[in-house]
Formats: sequence, C-alpha cells, structure tokens
Amino acid sequence: MSRPRAQAWLYLASLVLAYLLQLMPLPEPMLPFKPYWLGLVLIYWALEEPDQVGLGRAFIVGLLGDVLHGDLLGEQALRLAVLTFIVFRFRARLRFFPMWQQSLAVFALLLNDRVVALMVRAFSGDPIPPVSFWFAPFAAMLAWPWVFLLFDDLRARLRVHEA
Amino acid sequence: MALARTDTSPMFGAGSASTLRMIVYLSMALCLMVVDHRGHYLGRIRQSMHLLIEPAYRIAALPADAARTVRLAISDRSALTTENQRLREALLLAQARLNRMGAVAEQNARLQELLDVQHNLGMGVQLAKLIDIVLDPYRQRITLDAGENQGVQVGQAVLDAYGVMGQVSEVLATTSTAILITDPSHALPVTVERTGLRTIAYGAGTSDRLNLPNIPVSADIKPGDRLVTSGLGGGFPSGFPVGEIRSVAADATGMFAAAIAKPAAALERSGEVLLLRPLADPVGPPTLAESIGPPAPPENVSQPASPKASGIR
Repeated sequence: MSRPRAQAWLYLASLVLAYLLQLMPLPEPMLPFKPYWLGLVLIYWALEEPDQVGLGRAFIVGLLGDVLHGDLLGEQALRLAVLTFIVFRFRARLRFFPMWQQSLAVFALLLNDRVVALMVRAFSGDPIPPVSFWFAPFAAMLAWPWVFLLFDDLRARLRVHEA
Repeated sequence: MALARTDTSPMFGAGSASTLRMIVYLSMALCLMVVDHRGHYLGRIRQSMHLLIEPAYRIAALPADAARTVRLAISDRSALTTENQRLREALLLAQARLNRMGAVAEQNARLQELLDVQHNLGMGVQLAKLIDIVLDPYRQRITLDAGENQGVQVGQAVLDAYGVMGQVSEVLATTSTAILITDPSHALPVTVERTGLRTIAYGAGTSDRLNLPNIPVSADIKPGDRLVTSGLGGGFPSGFPVGEIRSVAADATGMFAAAIAKPAAALERSGEVLLLRPLADPVGPPTLAESIGPPAPPENVSQPASPKASGIR
C-alpha cells in the first residue's frame, strides 16, 4: 500500500520540480534552449505509469502551469492534453523503443507541441516567433535520456527500499 | 480521471485516452483560451493566487541567485580591478563635468554682478573679456577682447564689479591692453571717502597692494578707510571704489605718512570687465553750483552733503 503512495509523492515532486525548472530564470543566450520540462515529465509518467496521468490530470497540470506562467489560460492545458493523448496512442510502441529512438520520439512529440503552441499564438494574434522558438525540442531530446534514467533509478530505489 | 487498468490489450492499452475525451478536453481548452483572450481572466486569477504564485517564483529564482552570489564571490581579481579602473575613469569624467558646471555657475554670478553695476552706473559701459594677463613686478597689464572695432579708446577706465581695475593704454583693431592700477608706473588720484582727503595711489607691482606715499603726517587717515576715485585729472569719473587702507606708517624721511591700500577690484579673479565710455568733454560754460543762498533748513540735515554726493556720482 505504501508503494503507490511513495510513487505518488515522487510523481508530485517531479511535477513541482518541473514547474520550478520552467519558471527558473536563465541567462539570455540559454533561454531558447530551455526544454519543456513539464512536457518531458508528463511524457515519462504517461509512458511508465499511465494510471498516474490521464488526459484530465494533464489538463489540470497544464492549467496550473498557465496560472504560474501567466501567458494565456488554457494554452498549456491544451498542449499537455494533446501531448498525453499522443503518448497514450503510441505508448505500447514507445515503451519498447531503444533509448535513441525514444529520444527521437520525444523530439517529435515536443516539436508537435511547438506547432500546437504556434497555432494557439497565431490564433490569439501574437506575431510569428523567431527561429529560436524551435530550439527547445532539441534540448528536450538531449535531456530526455537523463530524465528517463533519473526517474527510472529513483523508482527502482523506492521499490527496493520498500521491498 | 483515474485510469482503470486495462492492460488486457497492450497494443491499445490507453483506453482512457479515447478520442471522445480528447475532443472534450480540446474544446474545453479552446473555450478557456477564447474566454481568457477576450476577458483577461488569467490576470485576475493570478492576482487572487499571488500568495501561491510568488513563492514559486522565489524558489525558482533561488538557483540563479545562488549562481550570481557564487560568481560574485569567486569573480577573479583582474575583473574587479578592471571594473574598479572603469569606475574610476567614469568618476573622473563626472568630476570634470561637475567642475565645469561650477565654473559656469561662478561665471554666471560674476556676469550678474557686472550687470548690476551696469544698471547702477547709469552710464555707457561696454563688456569685455580678459584674454591675457601679465602680472609681474614691472608690468601689470591685461589684454581685453575688445579693440578699435568695438569703439575702445585709449584712456577708457576699466572696472569690474567691485572697483576700478585700470585704464586702457593701447588699442589694436580687435584687442586692447589696459594698465592695471597696481602697475608700478600707474598713479591714480583718489579721495579718502570718510574725510575727503585727496592723495594719489601708486601701483606697487603686486596685485594686492597700492602705495600712497605722500600723505601729510597730520592727515586724518587710518586703516579701514575706503578710497574712491576723486575724478581729478579727468581720467576716471569720481566716486568709484579703489581700495581700502590697510596700514599707515611714517615714511623713511619722517616728513610724510605712507599708507598701504588693498585694491577693491578683484584684479586676480575677474574674467569679465566693464569699459567705461569716455566722458564727454564739458563744452560751454560750467554748470552753476546748486547750493546758493542760505544754508539748508535743519530738517534736511543731509542736504549739505548732496552737492558732493552728486559730484561723486
């Protein structure tokens, strides 16, 4: 009974960490390379523990992200819902990809996420963003293996600890 | 929202991610976005939740703050030295600007004083700037930036805001030279303002001193007396301050008293001077003396002094 609870704590902690990383100020040149941490974390949990993440939770997580970020209410909710939906659709295949293919898949997912964000922006009348807008998925692709290994390791330790 | 585990068919394991639900969420998100875009509710929500949001920002900023602190702590000596140098130069520049401002303010004050003098005099004057100064024991001259083209003539009196400076001794086309009252070869007829004693002030060769060598031993003169031009000799109009007696002593022969005076004009400090227009030579019969007849009535006690005062003026 305590395992799912510890798992849930890890889940919450990862989300909080993702929020903070998302808000963390970075030096100007590094700013375009900030990966979409929230998306990365949600992808992980959607792949590994799909019953922790549903479309609804992703939606709420996104809403909270919007409130914290303050751009447009519903933008991140939409993006995360789309992201989670796609991950769920291809979950069975994605799970058994080798790491590099998984990284590429994450890149494609976050690129798609960028496209969705661009659509939202275009509809709300924002100007077309600069080229650096498209850098973030590369950074996310590079960050994915580390995120994956870190959380896998943490979960394995929790399991060992409780066993 | 909680997902029922439907691992029965792993290929389509995410039963909860049905397209219908996806469409519901999509439309919810779209509605939210449209409403927010129209009504800007997010700002209000953020305001009501700022107690929760602000700490999040604070915590998120912690690593950056820490990084800045660390960088500051270990930023190397040369960087600090460079910065120090740069700041020093900036300070120097600012200081120079400030000094310039001070000089301008001072000049402004001086010009205003000169303007006052010009008003008070009620006679024709001309402003000129000093362009060169010679102050040595044998020659005490100043060069002015006004010359014949500006109507300057030899013999014009040169004044500043505080008193007589000298007179024009040489006129060129656009410049002129004035000999200061402290030049050893200059002599100026003066009157002691308090007593009316007439004497002559000679230049001493230093800019803070006038010699008055030939004063009768019995004359009433003491330190603190003010000297004004007497107007005798016609070079200067009467009544301009010349200086102040500083000391009186018997001269070497013992036959006369010799006094030393301090010039009233700021000979070493003035930057602008006034050139007095030469007085018109009196033509025709001299004007009648004003006070004729019996002495003035007692209520005008100061009246007897008025002819002299008007003469001085």
